[in-house]
Amino acid sequence: MMTLASLNLWAIAPEIAVASLACLVLLVDLYFRSARPCALSYPLTLATLISGALLSVAGLFDPPQLALNGLVIRDGVADVLKAGTCLGTAGVLFYARDYAQERDLWRGEYLVLSLFGTVGMMTMIGAAHLLTLYVGIELLALCLYGMIAMQRDSVRAAEAAMKYFILGALASGVLLYGMSLLYGLTGSLSLELVSDASAALASDSLPLILAIVMIVVGLLFKLGAVPFHMWVPDVYDGSATSTTLYISAVPKLAAFAILLRLLSSGLGGWIEVWQDMLAIAAVLSIALGNVVAIAQTSIKRMLAYSTIANMGFLLLGFFSGTAAGYSAAMLYSVVYMVTTLAVFGIILALTRSGFESDALDDFRGLNQRNPWLALLMLIVMFSLAGIPPTAGFFAKLLVLQAALDAGFVEVVVAAVVLAVIGAFYYLRVVKLMYFDDPEPGALKVSAHGYRRGMIWALSGNAVLLLVITPWIGQVMDFVSASLANFGAS
Amino acid sequence: MTLLDHHLLSVLIWFPVVGGILVLAAGNDRRADTARWAALGFSVATFLLSIPLWSRFDRASADMQFVERLPWIERFQIEYSLGVDGISVPLVLLTTLLTMVVVMAGWQVIRDRVAQYFAAFLIMEGLMIGVFCALDGILFYLFWEAMLIPMFLIIGIWGGPNRVYAAIKFFLYTLLGSLLMLVALLYLYRASGGSFDLLAFHQLPLAAGVQTLVFLAFFAAFAVKIPMVPVHTWLPDAHVEAPTGGSVILAAITLKMGAYGFLRLALPIAPDAAHQIAPIIIGLSLLAVVYIALVALVQQDMKKLIAYSSISHMGFVTLGFFVFETRAMEGAVVQMISHGFVSGALFLCVGVLYDRLHSREIATYGGVIKVMPVFALFIVFFAMANAGLPGTSGFVGEFLVILGTFSVNGWYAAIAALTLIVGAAYTLWMVKRVVFGPIENPQVAELKDLDRREFAVLMIVASGVLIIGVWPAPLLEVMDASVDRLLAHVAVSKL
Repeated sequence: MMTLASLNLWAIAPEIAVASLACLVLLVDLYFRSARPCALSYPLTLATLISGALLSVAGLFDPPQLALNGLVIRDGVADVLKAGTCLGTAGVLFYARDYAQERDLWRGEYLVLSLFGTVGMMTMIGAAHLLTLYVGIELLALCLYGMIAMQRDSVRAAEAAMKYFILGALASGVLLYGMSLLYGLTGSLSLELVSDASAALASDSLPLILAIVMIVVGLLFKLGAVPFHMWVPDVYDGSATSTTLYISAVPKLAAFAILLRLLSSGLGGWIEVWQDMLAIAAVLSIALGNVVAIAQTSIKRMLAYSTIANMGFLLLGFFSGTAAGYSAAMLYSVVYMVTTLAVFGIILALTRSGFESDALDDFRGLNQRNPWLALLMLIVMFSLAGIPPTAGFFAKLLVLQAALDAGFVEVVVAAVVLAVIGAFYYLRVVKLMYFDDPEPGALKVSAHGYRRGMIWALSGNAVLLLVITPWIGQVMDFVSASLANFGAS
Repeated sequence: MTLLDHHLLSVLIWFPVVGGILVLAAGNDRRADTARWAALGFSVATFLLSIPLWSRFDRASADMQFVERLPWIERFQIEYSLGVDGISVPLVLLTTLLTMVVVMAGWQVIRDRVAQYFAAFLIMEGLMIGVFCALDGILFYLFWEAMLIPMFLIIGIWGGPNRVYAAIKFFLYTLLGSLLMLVALLYLYRASGGSFDLLAFHQLPLAAGVQTLVFLAFFAAFAVKIPMVPVHTWLPDAHVEAPTGGSVILAAITLKMGAYGFLRLALPIAPDAAHQIAPIIIGLSLLAVVYIALVALVQQDMKKLIAYSSISHMGFVTLGFFVFETRAMEGAVVQMISHGFVSGALFLCVGVLYDRLHSREIATYGGVIKVMPVFALFIVFFAMANAGLPGTSGFVGEFLVILGTFSVNGWYAAIAALTLIVGAAYTLWMVKRVVFGPIENPQVAELKDLDRREFAVLMIVASGVLIIGVWPAPLLEVMDASVDRLLAHVAVSKL
């Protein structure tokens, strides 16, 4: 008997709020035209995201509950990641405004697409059912294709959108095929029932292995992990920087969530099937990402390879399959999002109309042009390289510790050696900013108006990576408390 | 003054760091003098604050003193725990004293990005003191690694022509070693049942194979830092390219962090592996003492010569550690302090010349004594100390190490003693070519002697060298109990 109460709509209040307000933003933008673009819809979008975040944390640490007849779950990890997603998106839009306005991207559709993308991510985070998960993935992907392709006069953006679309559709197909095989084997699409079937289904059954391989391939593609990473550099490089910021920062939380839902809640009983796959993908990602990043001259491409390496580290925390590993991976994804926001925020702060600031050489002599931004970038780079006392160090520390506890000593040593290689290209950015003189034509970076507020926000964002250190223990406690009872209902 | 009673170490660590941040915030190049005076104020204040450490330290006890313990990351039992014993106290004082010297030495020399320069040194001072005080594995690692950042910037921003190469080489070399140490610390965390307490690690029983791996991981970190042959190649580059202040801190303190790591971590945690690997390390030390001394002999560049001389002298330190004998180990610690003064002083002397003629080539100079008699007095004195002349600090350390080594193995001592000849040869030959002889370069004829600031800087260091050389007893007294306990601990097998 399906009643409204049995749907338990309160559990998905954040999604409902963001989705319906997104529709409102769309309408507002159509009917209230003003001299400045998005004069009304921009504040409304921020308000939407903040209300989504507030609704997410409203019932924080309540016992987990299912909604929509078992399609969606609301538990601690979902609350925290949804709030993080909403706030991250708000941060992205805050940093992106000036840049997008100068490039005529700042239109209602851009905001609406980012809002629906957020709904997609929230759906992924709260998925308790393979279909919900898939719908979330596709909703996010379609919004991203649209946001990239919005820059219609740019050939590279069109190429990036096309590549992303075709490869993304292929990966979705593979993922969906894996899910359908899983359905055939277990007779259910609900993650809980799939998980229950693990007792009856031996892990050496060939169809099962095939299903899991396909699911893992789909996930690795969405994550951008080696060997399914090809799209990452082209998409990062081809998109407008504001869109790159969105793609690179926020979906990492949802990526962690789908790993957790699918592999742990759903396929946790067959860990021996997917564990080695993830371990290999992790090491390969760290290796390839770090090595290839060295050869890049564009900072966006460099950061794309850095993302690949970082996703390797996230997998490294995840694949141990322990509670400590999951909380390490979750902390890693959160720290990574905050760091990426700062790094692209700084790039955006350096752009001007007609100047993209996306070559590494554009950072030359930044210390002499704007010492404060250079210092912020320095903190962020050392955090990405995992040098203490930044938050990036603690994130890596936890991941390595989780993998070591699970007995993967060789993998850890390999990751550590590769991290040294990775340190080189982050150091090179510092070198460009601090050791080199600015090019003769380079201007001092001055900030006024909106940019001034942006730099304040950036300062908080980057310095947070440093000053969180004394309280990093509390952050870790919070993360693992939110993971305490995931998936249980 | 309860703050100073109970939190002296925290104050010593964080006061200069906060000072550095304030200097950074306060100064730009238009207000360079503000930055200079502020930096001097903070460094002098830190030095004064470190004096109670010396005066209130209980010499009879080998326990950790001035202990502070606060929970930090409770879920992993990571604590903010600090403490000093007789080995770390002299190193902390060396750090505070030399940072003060370095700030004075950079007074007029640095004209570009002045505030950043002094801020980097102040922040680094706090972090280095942190290394010497940390009693928690992660805290130790944090200070150990964080200290790389300011040094990287110092070499890279204010260094010589090839500074970028040197800075990156320095950073990556050290990082690789350090990360292996981190893996070892994480392993020990597991083995100890969930703690990063270094003193608990000391008591931890470990199987022979595990000890070897743990020791090698620590060795990777500390051997690079000391540096030992064959991982020493970053040092000549870093020294030559770094500005004078950077070279002084590198030689005087950073290298000591590696040696200190052996005493605090590698030896007590893996004593059996240390005994087992000792012959190899002694071999490498002797190689450094003799071979690197010969390499120093042929250098054309003064800074490079002193850099190689540093490696050679640090070979004495590792030799003194790994013969496991009281006098040798005390000698090695004295040598650490003494080398801090002497090599720092020599780099300051080269800096004095470099500021005037912008050349570090030995061939540029000659006959400096005729125009700079006071300077010549200092450099000859420090050269003598470097060669181990009795009455200087250099003698005490080397003599004790040789004496201790001799009682263990005469051959080791005989080879090590060769340094008294080669060391004297390369140092005195350099002095001969730079200071004495006829003036052949017309620019040398126009050199001006030390000004008051330079005189004060060199005088501070020279008094240190002389005091330790003439009257080393207080220094030995401070470390005696701790060295005894360390050796007693290392002598007991953990198997």
